[in-house]
Amino acid sequence: MSDAPPRGTADGQMGDAPPRRTPDGTVSEVPLLRARGLRLAFGLTEALRGVDVDVCAREIVAVTGPSGSGKSTLLHVLAGVLAPDAGTVDYGGVRVTDLDEEGRSRLRLAEFGFVFQYGQLLPDLSAVDNVTIPLLLTGIRRREALRRAGEWLDRVGVGDCAARLPAEMSGGQAQRVAVARALATGPAVLFADEPTGSLDSLAAETVMLALTGAARESGATVVLITHDPRTAAYADRELTVRDGRVTFGGLVG
Amino acid sequence: MDNTTALLGLLGAGASYGYDLKNSYDRWFGVKKPLALGQVYTTLARLIRYGWIEALGEEAGAGPDRKRYGITPAGRERVMEWMFTPEVPSETMQSNLFAKTIIALLLDDDAGRMLDLQRAQHMARMRHVTAEKKGAPLATVLVCDHALFHIEADLRWIDLTAARLGQLRAEMTR
Repeated sequence: MSDAPPRGTADGQMGDAPPRRTPDGTVSEVPLLRARGLRLAFGLTEALRGVDVDVCAREIVAVTGPSGSGKSTLLHVLAGVLAPDAGTVDYGGVRVTDLDEEGRSRLRLAEFGFVFQYGQLLPDLSAVDNVTIPLLLTGIRRREALRRAGEWLDRVGVGDCAARLPAEMSGGQAQRVAVARALATGPAVLFADEPTGSLDSLAAETVMLALTGAARESGATVVLITHDPRTAAYADRELTVRDGRVTFGGLVG
Repeated sequence: MDNTTALLGLLGAGASYGYDLKNSYDRWFGVKKPLALGQVYTTLARLIRYGWIEALGEEAGAGPDRKRYGITPAGRERVMEWMFTPEVPSETMQSNLFAKTIIALLLDDDAGRMLDLQRAQHMARMRHVTAEKKGAPLATVLVCDHALFHIEADLRWIDLTAARLGQLRAEMTR
């Protein structure tokens, strides 16, 4: 995306991040996210029990598995929301697991976008204002932020919902607004946790077409958590998590 | 279902007389349609011709027959090849996959890995069909949707079976 703000260099550590786009525009084979030996327990429950994962630049990867398998925990560790008990996560040239909470927070703000299952839009703001907020936080002036927010809403097919409050939209429309909001700041990686979890088949399809289309267009890498195979089928690759371990497809090559 | 390889797989779990082999087959796979004893012997003769099993001598078994049959290394290789080659999604797929699950458990092999390989094959097909929908006329989209829901039904069975493997293993060793 040409009008993306500069990548976060607040802590001076992001300069080593590799380019997301290879010269021919295809998915890079160099892992952008690389996790090794991840372990994390909540009390006596071992959510992650030695997980190795590679995610390449511009790749759309679906993480699937039954409820309680550890797939959402894996997303939170890869995104630097949770710190693992053991193991490493590397994002480009940055060892995420060496950063303190503030460093991880800066990294998330500068490099990552998030879409969740529901309830993520601010209920008192219109769709266009919801997308504008993160742009304003990066220092873009209001008029320009509004223009870009409107473009993003058009891009995901909900331009006509710009003035509506979240409660005045269908679930599928609200999720597409959430996708626009997550991608508007030009994140390198979009983490989506069950983005179609509360939607019917047709709404899920429109959300996934919007999400994957916009992500590919803007060159974002996507880590998609889902228990729904039809949603996972929009990804380039699937990895399966069972009982805190990746049982299939964790590594590339 | 591939009866021949299922019988071969049962012999992989231990040498058996033809009559006992039929009972074993009926227990796992023949609830609705037991195998005729004649068909068992025809299949055994064929498996000997292929070099996948051998007759082990003439001692009296529980049934009328004298010969015990055991799997050969080539037969064991054939079972492994069958078990870990994912099925092409189709209407007859499910019974083969069920047979593979049972045989993998009887052989104490990695049934979970076998199901993961199958899952990957199904997901590859789903990705292909999903990609076909993009920009296609609505009639094509509807045909693709139909295929996707059928593949999804198989996948749900695969996932549920994977979740039940421990329970199934315990039940089979009782």
